[in-house]
Amino acid sequence: MINKIVQTMAEAMAGIRDGSVVLVGGFGSIGQPNALIDGLIEQGAKDLTVVANNSGVGHVGLARLLETGRVRKIVCSFPRTADPVVFEKLWRAGRIELEVVPQGTMAERMRAAGAGIPAFYTPTAVGTALAEGKEEREIRGRKYILEDALPGDVALIEAWEADRWGNLTYKSSARNFNPVMATAAKTTIVQTQHIVELGALDPEKVATAGIFVSRVLHVPYGEPTVT
Amino acid sequence: MNTIVKDNVKTLPACQPLSRRQIAERLARDIPEGWYVNLGIGAPLQVADYVPPEREVIFQSENGILGMGPAPAPAEINRWLINAGKQYVTLRSGGSYMHHADSFALIRGGHLDLCVLGAFQVAENGDLANWATTTDSAPAVGGAMDLAAGTPRLWVLMDHTTKTGESRLVRRCSYPLTAIGVVKRIYTNLAVVDVTPDGFAVREMVPGLTLDALQEVTDAPLRMATN
Repeated sequence: MINKIVQTMAEAMAGIRDGSVVLVGGFGSIGQPNALIDGLIEQGAKDLTVVANNSGVGHVGLARLLETGRVRKIVCSFPRTADPVVFEKLWRAGRIELEVVPQGTMAERMRAAGAGIPAFYTPTAVGTALAEGKEEREIRGRKYILEDALPGDVALIEAWEADRWGNLTYKSSARNFNPVMATAAKTTIVQTQHIVELGALDPEKVATAGIFVSRVLHVPYGEPTVT
Repeated sequence: MNTIVKDNVKTLPACQPLSRRQIAERLARDIPEGWYVNLGIGAPLQVADYVPPEREVIFQSENGILGMGPAPAPAEINRWLINAGKQYVTLRSGGSYMHHADSFALIRGGHLDLCVLGAFQVAENGDLANWATTTDSAPAVGGAMDLAAGTPRLWVLMDHTTKTGESRLVRRCSYPLTAIGVVKRIYTNLAVVDVTPDGFAVREMVPGLTLDALQEVTDAPLRMATN
């Protein structure tokens, strides 16, 4: 019997190694798997590269992970929020490397990684500072730059419902990066508000098929309190 | 707004520059029913307030919302539903959610009819600078480069000059570029200006303003639009 549901955070975090590339779902705090991030801090892996849209708010979740000093590099589109205190301090001190990527390019780089596409041409960022050092090519009269796929060793995902095969649904705009990150990592770890029986999810509404999911942990924390 | 009048008191004749809300209201008049529209964070978002509900315009938000509605009443907040500016919003009847890669496929694929962005500078060839200034905080691009490169019709909503009276309509951008040759029209507190192959063409000005006076506060050459 396939059962991807794990009972403890230690099982969920097992085997995450130093130096891993960790994809962290969410847009701001919505859909960001804070319990799994806390679990990763507890687990202790260091020298990490984190891929996330934002760089953390206040001192919780992603910001708390950065504060431990175990993140060597962050890849994100918008390392600015209402309260990016932790990241700004590390960045100004030269203690964290920042790769700024246009939001759509970031999503597509992970989609490509999950779909077996090693690189792709995109019109985004042509002629800008973010195109420096990248191959430029004209295709049918328009200029494009070459962007590499962005695979992860681990993805940390937040879902709304999950079954034991790892089929997932999401809640409203908390879907955001989660489904695409789930496809792009070797090990995809999910925290979910609800666990349901196999067969209970409407197959028409499954947004991430279980094939992309490695482990599921039940974390019924309620509602996000900040955005 | 008042600052501009004060700083350019010798060159601007008696005219009443528009407030940000009035620019948004003016721009909204030019959005016809049926268009799919992305509104940038900040002042452009106010455009939605001036599209009457009976005119069906479908607003998209980069974090995976198509058919975004206005802010909810406090008692009706869905804490899982935020826009790209991380404010609580609603979903209109007929709206839908998608993940980030699909959301930006929609943008990059040219499926939107219009994107409205704020800007620091627009050049007479349509170059857009709206993501980075020379300040020393960490660079943050978000979805601006994807929207600018991918949307066939890009309008900018901004003040005509900086607070110290420097023109934001320029011959060449001095700030870092977001995209090359993409802006089609600019709505400012003083005028509506088209970007054409022959440079800036003024469509309309606030009452009391003359082309000569507008030219005095504009770095790049202006002419009246012919159509």
